[in-house]
Amino acid sequence: MDVLDIDVVDIARWQFGITTVYHFLMVPLTIGLGVLVAVMHTLWVRTGKPEWLRMTRFWGRIYLINFVLGVATGLVQEFQFGLAWSEYSRFVGDVFGSLLALEALLAFFLESTFLGLWIFGWGRIPKELHLAALWAAVIGSIVSAYFIIAANSWMQHPVGVEVDDTTGRPVQVDFLAVLTNNTALAAFSHAVVAALMVAGALLVGIGLWHLRRRALAGQPTTDVDHAVWRRSVRLGGWVSLAAFVLVALTGDWQGKLMYEQQPLKMSSAEALCETEAPAPFSVLAWSKLGSNECDDVHSITIPGLVSFLAHGDFSSAVPGVNQLQEEYAAVYGETYPDDPSRFGALAGEEIDYTPLLAVSYWSFRLMIGMGAVSAGVAAYALWATRKGRVPTSQIGVYGSLLAVAAPFVANATGWVFTEMGRQPFVVHPNPDVPVGEQTYFFTAQAVSPGVTAAEVWTSLTLLTLVYGALAVVELWLITRFVRRGVTTGDHAPDHPAPAPGTPAEGTPESREDDDVLQFAY
Amino acid sequence: MDLQTLWFAAVALLWTGFLLLEGFDFGVAALLPLLGRRPAERHLMLRTIGPLWDGNEVWLITAVGAVFAAFPGWYATWLPALYLPFVLVLFGLIIRAVAFEWRHSHSTEAWDTTWTRVITTGSLVAAAGIGAALGATTLGLPIDDDGNRVGGAFSGLGWPALLGAVAVLAFSVVHGAVFLSLKTDGPLRVAARRFALRWAPVAALPLLAWAGLVHLRSGTPVTGVLWLAAALAVLVAWVRLRVGREGQAFTAWGAMLVMAAATVFGAAYPVVVPSTIDSAFDVTIADASVSDYTLTVMTWAAGIGLPVVLGYQAWTYWVFRRRLTAEPQHGEPAGAHA
Repeated sequence: MDVLDIDVVDIARWQFGITTVYHFLMVPLTIGLGVLVAVMHTLWVRTGKPEWLRMTRFWGRIYLINFVLGVATGLVQEFQFGLAWSEYSRFVGDVFGSLLALEALLAFFLESTFLGLWIFGWGRIPKELHLAALWAAVIGSIVSAYFIIAANSWMQHPVGVEVDDTTGRPVQVDFLAVLTNNTALAAFSHAVVAALMVAGALLVGIGLWHLRRRALAGQPTTDVDHAVWRRSVRLGGWVSLAAFVLVALTGDWQGKLMYEQQPLKMSSAEALCETEAPAPFSVLAWSKLGSNECDDVHSITIPGLVSFLAHGDFSSAVPGVNQLQEEYAAVYGETYPDDPSRFGALAGEEIDYTPLLAVSYWSFRLMIGMGAVSAGVAAYALWATRKGRVPTSQIGVYGSLLAVAAPFVANATGWVFTEMGRQPFVVHPNPDVPVGEQTYFFTAQAVSPGVTAAEVWTSLTLLTLVYGALAVVELWLITRFVRRGVTTGDHAPDHPAPAPGTPAEGTPESREDDDVLQFAY
Repeated sequence: MDLQTLWFAAVALLWTGFLLLEGFDFGVAALLPLLGRRPAERHLMLRTIGPLWDGNEVWLITAVGAVFAAFPGWYATWLPALYLPFVLVLFGLIIRAVAFEWRHSHSTEAWDTTWTRVITTGSLVAAAGIGAALGATTLGLPIDDDGNRVGGAFSGLGWPALLGAVAVLAFSVVHGAVFLSLKTDGPLRVAARRFALRWAPVAALPLLAWAGLVHLRSGTPVTGVLWLAAALAVLVAWVRLRVGREGQAFTAWGAMLVMAAATVFGAAYPVVVPSTIDSAFDVTIADASVSDYTLTVMTWAAGIGLPVVLGYQAWTYWVFRRRLTAEPQHGEPAGAHA
């Protein structure tokens, strides 16, 4: 019965972690690939070159297979704040819910309606309007990312609220401040460019694989299909590289904010135990990171680098985990209030303000490392395909294919770092606000009081099993589709759109419907 | 009208819009095993809802989002109280969404059959779950003074939940049949119309019973009139269907839902979650609402955003308004070439 004795908080956290990280595998691909498919479609409309049409259809198909799983798993997100975290929902209700509702109203409708129009609109609406439908859907995805990140950033850095004296809950006083939260602006730009890296890596990996396969089979380098894969690699490579530069810049911006807003998150990421001036960057840490006792950790370091990352110079002091833990305990309490109805098993227990060191340390490094791997692969691909060359190196091409996973890992670990680094708070206090007026909420008090552990176990098990099965099918479908390449599944109608001015109605469309569906479904 | 009342009306509108729109795609999906015995018919049925179901589903997301945004006290009481039904709803919606997309991604007959069944199952589960949740929230949940459910996982699942589930399912199935008769031609149109004619009078009963019960408990003369209008709409729908006016029948059957939903929400107002333990524990819009400031912000955003959304969604319905027919080349599953 040991497993069933786990506190509801822990099961609910596992559930939130699993469902969110899973959902977040689809999200960057939806955003990044959406932008790139829209670019391809635009280039086709503008140039009329057949390779852009085939690219739109091939990559568009992968975009759709992925999109639908993103939508399906996104549904869970909106419900589970209420299902498992009702005390959290009550606490943050005045701010958080409105951002979710605005996301649905201003982004999801745009996304779903216009994507439906794009899928089924081939040949039914004028060409330019059809292209605009795709852009509308893509913009919907980006707007959606903005609202959900604004909501998350408010949990990281609550702004625009005052604490109500009677309820103790935050009351919104400045909606514009919530929307322009610097944490949100930094995180949003970071996430969007990171999404482009995901799409870029996919184009590079698959494009190189097809180029090599065609070369080994002696297929021509002059036909449309060759152009499809070559352009995919070049586009993906340049997008990845440019996005990597932006990822680094926005990441630096975010890091500097976090040193002010959540210093413990950043010092944990560095396993920096004592306050140091200048503070070193840890390249590799070993020994008992898992014990969560900072003093057990030893690192190889680069002197002064963390001072630079935090403050832009090589000498400033950066507070260490041990000092910060004491400071937090002095302000927010040594122990949780002794109230089992609100704090469950943790009532009266000591509060550990240090997030799990091993998780913070390694997720931070994986995020940066995998991002760098991805940029390296993009540079290799651009070099290997320079001046019309076709790479046949097995290591290079299969390495690039394998490296499609790298930016996914970087995105996922980045998200894990952000969320786990905020613990033990679910809403982290904003240090710019005087101590007595701060809004904050412990994760331990956020779960639904009436919900039983068995219920959360049921949903955790059900969702994990379903997600696992869906992942298998999705990967199988995408792999199969990718292997077949661009010519199959591309029963492009000769004239996918009527000439401008042709009324959409009244044309014999049954034949086009077939083509539409072959493309769409 | 104060902002809380306005938002109660907005939430009611969103739920009604969701049931009205997603209702027919739930219904079409539920009818697949009955009316879509051959692959060509199934394909045709799915094509009628293909471009629309995802946009329809956003009405649910927006409805739940609006409950959270305007009435977090309702959201935080309602969802955990009906934890398992809501999880089933999510399960149904997830498998249904991927099935719509994946059904065509592979070409074997078994694959097509399997995912078609998944679409039907997912839709049935989701429709029943949402009906159960709505039935329970309008007829009562065992909640205490703090808005927390007492009595364990199944204590919220009494007869109101069952009534709600049956009502939404029955409404949706007939709604889907009328929709099919409106959107298709040929044998399917005839079969769908015959089905709707036979079942419409029975299928309206649970919904009318639910609305009637809420009215009897806390209704006003206005909700009484609304209820009568709903009952009358069933008759109109049936008569128009009989003479082959599918468009008018679809409108009337939809109007029945709108009137019934208006009866339920109108009679329940201002209570959003009645407690079966003590009416003093009822959650009202005043208990559950956010601040006036947040409601004002939301009102501006929705006031500008909602008309735009309604505009472009209506436009896509216009683009895809044409009746569909099964032609010989549709005889094989669409995925055969994909």
